[in-house]
Amino acid sequence: MFEQLSENLENVLKKLRGRGKLTEKNVSDGLREVRRALLEADVNYKVAKEFIASVKEKAIGQEVLKSITPGQQIVKVLHDELVDLLGLERSELELKGSPPHVIMVVGLQGSGKTTFVTKLGKQLRDKGRSPLLVGADVYRPAAKDQLKTNGSKVDLPVFVTEHNRVLDICAEAKQTARKNHYDVLILDTAGRLHIDEEMMDELSDVKQQMQPDEILFVADGMTGQDAVNAASEFLGYLDFTGVVLTKMDGDARGGAALSIRSVTGRPIKYMSVGESMDSLEPFYPDRLANRILGMGDVVSLVEKAQETIDEESAKKLNKKIQRNEFTLADFKEQLQQIKNMGPLDQLMDMIPGMGKMKRQGLSVDGSEFDKIEAIINSMTKEERNKPGIINGSRRRRIARGSGTSVGDINQLLKQFQQMKKMMQQMNKGKMKHQIPGLPI
Amino acid sequence: MRSAFQKLKSGLKKTHESVVGRIADVFSGRTKLDDELLEDLEEILIESDLGVDATMQLLDDLRDRASEIGEVDIGALQEVLQNEIKQLLSNGSHAVQPESQDGPQVIMVVGVNGSGKTTSIGKLAHQFKSKGKSVLIAAADTFRAAAMEQLENWADRANVDIIVNRKAKDPASVAYDAAAAAISRDVDVLIVDTAGRLHTQGNLMDELQKIHRVLGKQIENAPHEVLLVLDATTGQNAIMQARHFQKVVEIDGIILAKLDGTAKGGVVVAINRELDMPVKYIGVGEGIDDLQLFDPEQFAEALFY
Ligand SMILES: Nc1nc2c(ncn2[C@@H]2O[C@H](COP(=O)(O)OP(=O)(O)OP(=O)(O)O)[C@@H](O)[C@H]2O)c(=O)[nH]1
Ligand SMILES: Nc1nc2c(ncn2[C@@H]2O[C@H](COP(=O)(O)OP(=O)(O)OP(=O)(O)O)[C@@H](O)[C@H]2O)c(=O)[nH]1
Ligand SMILES: [Mg+2]
Ligand SMILES: [Mg+2]
Repeated sequence: MFEQLSENLENVLKKLRGRGKLTEKNVSDGLREVRRALLEADVNYKVAKEFIASVKEKAIGQEVLKSITPGQQIVKVLHDELVDLLGLERSELELKGSPPHVIMVVGLQGSGKTTFVTKLGKQLRDKGRSPLLVGADVYRPAAKDQLKTNGSKVDLPVFVTEHNRVLDICAEAKQTARKNHYDVLILDTAGRLHIDEEMMDELSDVKQQMQPDEILFVADGMTGQDAVNAASEFLGYLDFTGVVLTKMDGDARGGAALSIRSVTGRPIKYMSVGESMDSLEPFYPDRLANRILGMGDVVSLVEKAQETIDEESAKKLNKKIQRNEFTLADFKEQLQQIKNMGPLDQLMDMIPGMGKMKRQGLSVDGSEFDKIEAIINSMTKEERNKPGIINGSRRRRIARGSGTSVGDINQLLKQFQQMKKMMQQMNKGKMKHQIPGLPI
Repeated sequence: MRSAFQKLKSGLKKTHESVVGRIADVFSGRTKLDDELLEDLEEILIESDLGVDATMQLLDDLRDRASEIGEVDIGALQEVLQNEIKQLLSNGSHAVQPESQDGPQVIMVVGVNGSGKTTSIGKLAHQFKSKGKSVLIAAADTFRAAAMEQLENWADRANVDIIVNRKAKDPASVAYDAAAAAISRDVDVLIVDTAGRLHTQGNLMDELQKIHRVLGKQIENAPHEVLLVLDATTGQNAIMQARHFQKVVEIDGIILAKLDGTAKGGVVVAINRELDMPVKYIGVGEGIDDLQLFDPEQFAEALFY
């Protein structure tokens, strides 16, 4: 079933199954698809290339463990490497030395700095610190108002002045902190482009003067290939200490994180997942690795599948697919097996390719599945085996019987057709748009 | 005022050495379109955020052309590639033309968080104003902290009127008031700012639809233009953004903001492969003059610069 639901990767895995050792050839085939996934997740081209090369080296020649297939093993190696690269364990904020500590927050325009400053302040306060937010953005219209409003929402003190010199603002803020016993200053700086030398120099000056404990580079999680350029320039000027990945509440795959991590070597410390002042999370490399791969946790999926689906019926099913005899009855049986495996949405996330379908608007909640089952249940045996005969009046009958609409029936039949088409293509082993001979 | 291309070029100043004449580098000394050359091209296109599918298609086409031509003229192929990209981006009209119609022309601006909506509105208002149009802008972002103050600031700069309601919780009510004001003041153009929202947030997308509907209730066919603001640094997620916003409110065009950095904004090529969504303007800075008409040719050139 999983080969059918998923796209290319699983298809490749299928081909790889049942070989004793990972060879250059089967590893290359598998990694080609992985490369595509990485690029679609916005991992930088060069970063993806290097990453794949290193994984390839590690994978070739490995004995395939008894319990899993070569394909699974490749994905496992890759997944582990990805987690490794993203940072094995959580990297905490480090506030050393004597207070007031200084945290400087920097990044491109609109990446989410001001919002993050407030969220971080709130978290630190909740942990017993006494932070002061500092409005050090003198450029963006209403930047200080924004920080003030944010601060008052969560009852945090905000330092702003009429000054237009950032260094003066910072100096005064430090004095205020000393006087009023604030122990952490969080500086909200203006967004700027990494190629704007004057503006970048301003940040260097602030760093020089304030001697921050932490400099956090805030990066929009939706950033594309350019993430490497911005991050490495900011690193060059500021030698920042950590990264914050924002706007991860959407459907961005977040490949920028991998790019940034790999060109700067700096840990990702936080993930921002919303506009509300509570939506700040510590960073979990494992979760992001799954998200970037967009293939879910293939290993655990297949393991689960193996527990549930017995070999015999899997073989039978494969035969049917190869002969293009897959019917709605088989489809229903597969759905039931999936349901037996556990909570549906969780499973769907683990199925390779599903992430993509979700993004394309495919609904994956359990009720859809129940509906499909109800529809198939209302069909006669003949209809299940030969959906071609389901004409208008039959459709109306089935809709009535299953408590759905004719539109639902139409949709299911259409989806089933598409699925069969996909299976046929997979049987032919066709892959789209490939440049033959292009090295991975 | 510097031309967009100069801006784009100067944007690349820092990374100059590495990219100067990238395409020239790639093509020079090559006599055949082999895998190596294709891979170099692939790298350039992917690194411009065109995405895998668009890149593969362009390279497939290029290969076809190469075999058609038989003898490979590398220089010609470069042109083929650039032209193809240009063509993909040449659909539709470009500038937003204040139409001579009864009543105000209404422009609604949408996009994800922080993409550059409010700033682009300030610039756009300034452009219309400079052309002698009377402009009203509406602060229908009632959510983001100090969003109204920010837009007020831009209204001052552009010297145009603004409708704000600090007490309003419902952006549609602000839009409603703004449309009424636009009619009674008989302005030429009304531009409506909306809060940033991720395309995955269903309730907020519904809210957008509501604002859209409210505008149309008072002014016929309003909004006449819905502009989607994309951040040029955004990668493949921009395709999702375009697709989802398109579903909720018909998008007439894109403003590609922040193109003054080193990002190439190539994802608009991918978007235009799939959706009919012309890029109308590019944002090339934070100043009031930093909004330019989109030029597909320049853009295609800059990709390979
Ligand atoms: N959905 C979502 N929106 C976010 C997140 N973080 C910030 N935002 C929104 O993104 C937009 C920009 O955030 P800001 O905090 O103003 O960004 P900034 O980096 O300070 O911007 P500049 O100061 O102009 O450079 C606002 O609409 C925020 O509400 C997040 O994690 N998720
Ligand atoms: N360099 C550069 N910065 C820009 C451009 N357009 C906008 N910005 C900056 O990007 C940041 C966000 O811009 P806004 O106009 O506030 O974005 P928005 O989409 O209205 O943001 P929300 O309302 O929070 O969703 C600000 O710091 C702007 O100054 C541009 O073309 N170039
Ligand atoms: Mg800010
Ligand atoms: Mg705004």
